[in-house]
Amino acid sequence: MNNRIRLIAIAAAFVVGAATPTQAQNPATLLNVSYDIARELYVEINAAFIKSYKAKTGQDVTINQSHNGSTRQARSILEGLEADVVTFNQVPDVQVLHDRGKLIPKDWAKRLPNNSSPYYSLPAFLVRAGNPKKIKDWDDLVRADVKVIFPNPKTSGNAKYTYLAAYAYAKAKWGEGAKTDDFIKQLFNNVPVFDTGGRAATTTFVERQTGDVLITFEAETNAIRDLVGKDKVEVVVPSVSVLAEFPVAVIDKFADKHGTRALATAYLEYLYTEEGQTILAKAYNRVNNEKIAAQFKDKFPVVKLVKIEEEFGGWDKVNKDHLNPDAKLDQLFGAR
Amino acid sequence: MRQRSVIPGFGLALGTTVLYLGAIVLLPLCALVLKASDIGAAQLWTILSAPRTLSAIRVTVGMALAATVFNAVYGLLLAWVLARYRFPGKRLLDALVDVPFALPTAVAGLALTALFAKNGWFGAPLDAIGIPVSYTPLGIAIAMAFTSVPFVVRTVQPVIEDLGADVEEASRSLGASDFQILRRVIFPAIFPAFLAGCSLAFARCLGEFGAVIFIAGNQPGKTEIVALLAFIRLEEYNYGAAAAIAVVMLAMAFTMLIVTNLIQSWHLRYVGRGD
Repeated sequence: MNNRIRLIAIAAAFVVGAATPTQAQNPATLLNVSYDIARELYVEINAAFIKSYKAKTGQDVTINQSHNGSTRQARSILEGLEADVVTFNQVPDVQVLHDRGKLIPKDWAKRLPNNSSPYYSLPAFLVRAGNPKKIKDWDDLVRADVKVIFPNPKTSGNAKYTYLAAYAYAKAKWGEGAKTDDFIKQLFNNVPVFDTGGRAATTTFVERQTGDVLITFEAETNAIRDLVGKDKVEVVVPSVSVLAEFPVAVIDKFADKHGTRALATAYLEYLYTEEGQTILAKAYNRVNNEKIAAQFKDKFPVVKLVKIEEEFGGWDKVNKDHLNPDAKLDQLFGAR
Repeated sequence: MRQRSVIPGFGLALGTTVLYLGAIVLLPLCALVLKASDIGAAQLWTILSAPRTLSAIRVTVGMALAATVFNAVYGLLLAWVLARYRFPGKRLLDALVDVPFALPTAVAGLALTALFAKNGWFGAPLDAIGIPVSYTPLGIAIAMAFTSVPFVVRTVQPVIEDLGADVEEASRSLGASDFQILRRVIFPAIFPAFLAGCSLAFARCLGEFGAVIFIAGNQPGKTEIVALLAFIRLEEYNYGAAAAIAVVMLAMAFTMLIVTNLIQSWHLRYVGRGD
């Protein structure tokens, strides 16, 4: 009898003992689903975050990354990819997670500062070293002797900003109408190849030596310059461009299912800390933290930035007027 | 009397086959057609008759035809060489034919683009004489030809091997000329396999995506293929339009396979009557 009780006690101890450490040891895992050209950035951020989180809470975490065109990523999530957080390069791709999947609340953008956008960038130019074609601003891109490279605006968020920036530039000059439309058509005419994503366009420009100018986010133009060398390419920031937000969000439905909400929130909040903002700014992303922005101000030339809200009346209107099927972009892009 | 088969049970074997085909092939296809039928006939017509869709279909079918004609000639030659001659390195050549099957198509596309770009090994001299390949329809045809050539070789080769040189010798002893042997003896024998190989290659060309998008310029109306257009519609969350475009591709491939089958059965009857 006594023996049996002891046996049960030992067995119980084993069960409890086996169960408790598993939970403590089982490291929390986070899946960050992100846009195409952010691989290197988030490798760095993840390493720093894991260290800082360990120091603060003593907990080990693993962060998995997934990168692809951000619209395709949004679609994957709607079709069942259980992302804990998303870090995208355009607002509509996050918004669609609410509109079509009800995975996040309607007011997701208000949950973190600056419309949930911890950093921003703008479409800028990368030209061959010495700028042989003298490309300074959007005007130069429609010259007959200039070949322009940017990805397909129908499949790449990156190129949607390029289209919007070019449109905003032309609109400021000629107002809306035939002249602005012709400008955009001419710009599209100068593009020999539309890759499906930002990285593929970079390869076309750098490896295939195709085109005189690559248009992509300022952060990417600088990163490419650092990678391939100042003797090959140089960065040109146009006089005016469009402010590209990089919205982030915790995916409530999946974070709650995985029990990772606190961790996911801490991860995104880390992007706003001085440490996080420093990493972001070092990777040539413009940040809102004044102290860090001042520290890195030499890296970022002054440029007039137009906002989607002010110039185009917000994303809903941009979609309706420009990006939706058969709207302006399709008319100018498809009808050439 | 029923013959005993190695695999147990006709019923079981057939059931498994039908279940598999139903669940893996037919069900998704039905879902596709259903999705496309969601949008209604009028809108379907608008999508399919749009200039951009038409030009995508034109480019895709045109280049697929060009690639198939090239493969018909070159694949037949390759199959003949592999089946009829013995030479050093034959095994290696034989294995190389399957590389396009094994290679991820995106890798093939990247490799071809690197070769045929303006600064590539083939692209530079070709560009110098005024034939740009990368980012033109020609590039699309090359990518399609690359990924589909094994279909022709691998369907024709065993038939040529089976034919045996004795048939040729017999024809010759009966007084046939070389051309007559080729036209009246060899070609009728390999024709069904040749046709099957070509139609498979063509079907593959129509659906090729990974290899083509890297080398095609993807310019709407010029070098945009049907598969990319379907992909673009998906990116817009426009599932109905994407499905509609996919159904067109499906219909094209299906029609072609049926036509091929008809030609084959006609040919078999024709050959049978000649006996």
